Amino acid sequence: MALYNLIVNGKNHSIDVDSDTPLLWVLRDSLHLVGTKYGCGIAQCGACTIHLDGASIRSCSYPISELEKGQKITTIEGLSENATHALQQAWQEHDVPQCGYCQAGQIMNAASFLKDYPNPKDSEIDAAMNGNLCRCGTYLRIKKAIKTAAKNM
Amino acid sequence: MGNISKQDRRTFIKSSVIGSGGLILGFQWLSSCNLDDPATMKVMKDLPSEWIDFNAFLKIGDTGLVTIMSPNPEIGQNIKTSMPMIVAEELDVDWFDVLVEQAPLNTVWYTRQVAGGSQSIRQGWESLRKAGATAKEMLVNAAANRWGIDVSECQVSKGIITNAKGESLSYGELASEAALLEIPSEVKLKNPKEFNIIGKSQSNVDLKGILTGRPLFGLDTYKKGMVYACVMRPPAFGDSLKSYDDTESKSINGVIEIFQFGDKIAVLATSTWQAMKAKNLLKATWESKEKYEDSEYHSLTLTKYTNKLSDKPRRSDGDVIEAFEESEEIFERSYESPFLPHNCMEPMNFYAHVTEDKAELLGPIQTPEWTEGRVAALLGLEKEKIHIQMTRMGGGFGRRLYGDFVLEAAEISKLSGKAVQLVFSREDDMLAGTYRPASKYKFKVGIKNNTLHAYSLAEACFNGEMFGQMPSNFPCGAIDNYRVDCHPIESNITTGAWRAPYANFLAYAEQSFFDELSHHLSKDPVDFRLELLEKAMIDAENKSLSYEPQRMIDVIKLAAEKSNWYKPKSDVNLGFSSYYSHNTYVAEVAEVVLVDGNPKIQKVYCAVDCGIVINPTGALNQIEGGIIDGIGHAMFGDFSFENGKSKSSNFHQYRMIRMKDTPDIEVYFIENQIDPTGLGEPGLPPAGGAIANALAAITGKRMYTQPFIKSLGLQD
Repeated sequence: MALYNLIVNGKNHSIDVDSDTPLLWVLRDSLHLVGTKYGCGIAQCGACTIHLDGASIRSCSYPISELEKGQKITTIEGLSENATHALQQAWQEHDVPQCGYCQAGQIMNAASFLKDYPNPKDSEIDAAMNGNLCRCGTYLRIKKAIKTAAKNM
Repeated sequence: MGNISKQDRRTFIKSSVIGSGGLILGFQWLSSCNLDDPATMKVMKDLPSEWIDFNAFLKIGDTGLVTIMSPNPEIGQNIKTSMPMIVAEELDVDWFDVLVEQAPLNTVWYTRQVAGGSQSIRQGWESLRKAGATAKEMLVNAAANRWGIDVSECQVSKGIITNAKGESLSYGELASEAALLEIPSEVKLKNPKEFNIIGKSQSNVDLKGILTGRPLFGLDTYKKGMVYACVMRPPAFGDSLKSYDDTESKSINGVIEIFQFGDKIAVLATSTWQAMKAKNLLKATWESKEKYEDSEYHSLTLTKYTNKLSDKPRRSDGDVIEAFEESEEIFERSYESPFLPHNCMEPMNFYAHVTEDKAELLGPIQTPEWTEGRVAALLGLEKEKIHIQMTRMGGGFGRRLYGDFVLEAAEISKLSGKAVQLVFSREDDMLAGTYRPASKYKFKVGIKNNTLHAYSLAEACFNGEMFGQMPSNFPCGAIDNYRVDCHPIESNITTGAWRAPYANFLAYAEQSFFDELSHHLSKDPVDFRLELLEKAMIDAENKSLSYEPQRMIDVIKLAAEKSNWYKPKSDVNLGFSSYYSHNTYVAEVAEVVLVDGNPKIQKVYCAVDCGIVINPTGALNQIEGGIIDGIGHAMFGDFSFENGKSKSSNFHQYRMIRMKDTPDIEVYFIENQIDPTGLGEPGLPPAGGAIANALAAITGKRMYTQPFIKSLGLQD
C-alpha cells in the first residue's frame, strides 16, 4: 500500500491503495464515485472511460502508480454541474439510454473527441466511438446525440 | 369494465400499512435533484409534508405530487417509465407531477414482478389502469362529498377536480380524506381516445441519474461494513474441485478470508481489486467427473437428431409422411447456431447480508420472486425473512432470470457472517454463463402443383426445446400437412433463456428458408408469405393458431410499402423477414449495398403491431435495439467450446456489434386500439433473417450457419 494524491473533479484526495490498483477501482471503491463503470477490465468495452487532463483513458487499465503529479481526473460526476454539458443535454433530448450502464463511458469518450473534432463527420464519429460497446444497441441515438451536441457547443 | 377481482382488492392497502419506507426513499431521490433548476428538475410542485397511500401502486402528497411505484424490475426495457405512465393516465395527473420509485419484491401487493418474455406491459396493463382509476374515483368521491353534489357533476383534469360553479379542489387537498373512503368495487376506465399521457413520448425516468453517474445499478451498491467477494468456479463444464493452495492469494493486501463452498472458492477482501487479484492467484486443481463437450460434438449431435422424427410430434396436422410421398419435389435446408453468452454490460453481482433470522438482498435480478424461494430453501429460512430489493440492471437479456449469483452471494454471506457484495469479473461472467443453447433446424417441404403440400420442421437443441413451445406459430395453418418434431439433448453446459427465447434463432432459420424456397418456386418472397397467410386465414378460428394471420399481413404490407420492396433503388438489394413472437407482430426489410466489394447493411425498415404504443420514444428504442442486437449476434456471435471450456473469455475474443456496423433504422407502428403487448424482444427475431436474405441477394451466398461473418469469409 502507498499514499497517492489525486485530483478528481477539482477536489484533492489522499488515497492509500496498492500501487497496481486501476483508477477505476480507486474511483469506485475508495471514492465511491460509481458513475465510472466496470465492464471488461481489459480496455475493450469503454464503460470505464474517464478524462486525464482532458484526454480519454480507460480507467480499468490505468494503474494509480502511473499518475503524474498534478494530473487532473474528470469523471462523469464532474463533467458538468447538474448535467449541463452539451452532450448530457443532447443525451436527454434524444432519450438515448436503454439499460444505461455504458452511457457514462460513451459520454466521456465523446466529450474528449468533440474537443478535437468540433464538426465531426459520421465516419469520424464511428471511428472515435468504435471502442465503446453498447449491448442494448443504442448506437443510432448516441450518434445523433453527438451530432446535436456538436451543433450546440 | 368489469368488477375488480379479489386479486386486485388484495393489493389495495390502506394508508398506514405501507408506512414511511417509501416516504424516505422519495426524499432521498429528491435531495439528489437541484430543486432550483426547473430545466433539469422534472417535478414542479412543492415537496409534500405528508404522503397519503392509496394502494400498492401510488401515493399522493398533500401538495399534489404523486409517487407511483414501478413493480417490475428494470433491465433497460424502460418499464420503469411506461408502467407508471399507465397508472398516471388513469389517475389523471400531469406527468410532470409524478415521481417514480422501484417497488421491492412484495408478493402480497403485486403479481408477476418479473422482467421476462416481454410480458410486463401486456400482463400489467389492466391492474395498472385499475390502480390509477380506483384512486381517481376515490378522489372524485371525496370532492363530491365536500361539495354535496353528485360525482357526475365533477370534472377532472391533471389532478384538479372542478364543479359547475367553477370551484376546484386539487388531489393534494383531497388525498387524506379520499384515502379513507370505501374502495370502489368497480371502476370506469378511459376510452383510449381520451389518453393524454399514453401515446406521448416521455423520457426515461432515470435518465438524469444515468447521465450524471448516480448509483443506480447493482454493482454501485455500497453499504458500510460490507466486503467484496470474488469466486473461482470450475474452469470447464464437467470439472470438480480437488484441492487448492491459497498461500499467494493470502499475501495480497486487504484479503479477509478465503474458503471453499461446493466446487467453488470464495475470496473476500476490502476492495474489488484486491478480491479479483487474490482470486487470480489461487492455485486450484480440478478433476473431470463428467465428459467434456466441444463444438464438434455439438454440431455432429445436432445434425444426427435433426435427421430423425420424434416419437411425439409437438403438432401434427394432416398426414405429413403420406403427403411427402405424394409430392413432386422435396426441398430441404438446415440451419445451425452456436451457444451464445448474454454479455450484459454490467457483470453479474449481488449484495447479500444474511444473519441468523433474515436475509437482506439487493441487486439486479429479473426474477425476484422465484429467487426469493430458492434463497429461502438454501438458507433454511422462511420466505418472509428474505427481503429482496431490485436495482436498475445493466442489461439482462435473460441472464438475470437465473439467480445463481444471488444464491452464491447469500451462501458466502452466511458462511462468512459478513455483508458481501459479490462481483463477477467479465471472465467469470462469460465463462460461467447460462448460455443460449446451440440448436439446429431442418426444414423440409413437399411441393405439388408449385404449392406447399407438406411441411416438416425438426429441431435439435441442447437442454430443452425451442419451437416445441410454440408449434402453432406460422406457417401452421397455411399448410394442410404440417408437423413439428423436437429433440432436446442433454448437455452439462448451463443453458437458459436468451433475449427472445425460442424465436431468436428459429426466426432467422425459418425466414431464410422461406426466402430461398420462394426463389426456388419463382415467387416473390413477400407475395409468397402473403399467399401463405391468406391460406392460414381460411377458417383460422378453428385451427388453434397462436397468431392472427391478418395482423401479420398488415405489418408485412406496411414494411413492404415503406421499404419500396417492389421498386427498390438500382444499387441496393433487399431482404425480407417477418415474425410473430412475444405477442407482437414484426416485419423487417434489410437493405444491403456493396462497399469496396464487401456487403454493408445500410438500412432496416421495420413495421410493428404491438397494439397501443404506451411510450413512443421507449418503443422505438426497444425496436431499434432489438434489430441491432439481432444483426450483431447473427453477424458476429461466435462462441465455441473445447474440452468443456469456452474459447472466449472477454471482449477481445468475442466480437460484439459496434457503432460502425449499425444500419439506419426506420420503424413504423400500426395504429390501433388493441391492448398493448411488449417490445423488449419482438424486434430481434426477424433481424437475422432479413439480413441473411439481403446478403444472399447481393452475394449469392445463403447463410446456413451463424455467425454470418464466417459464411461470408469476412475478417471483421
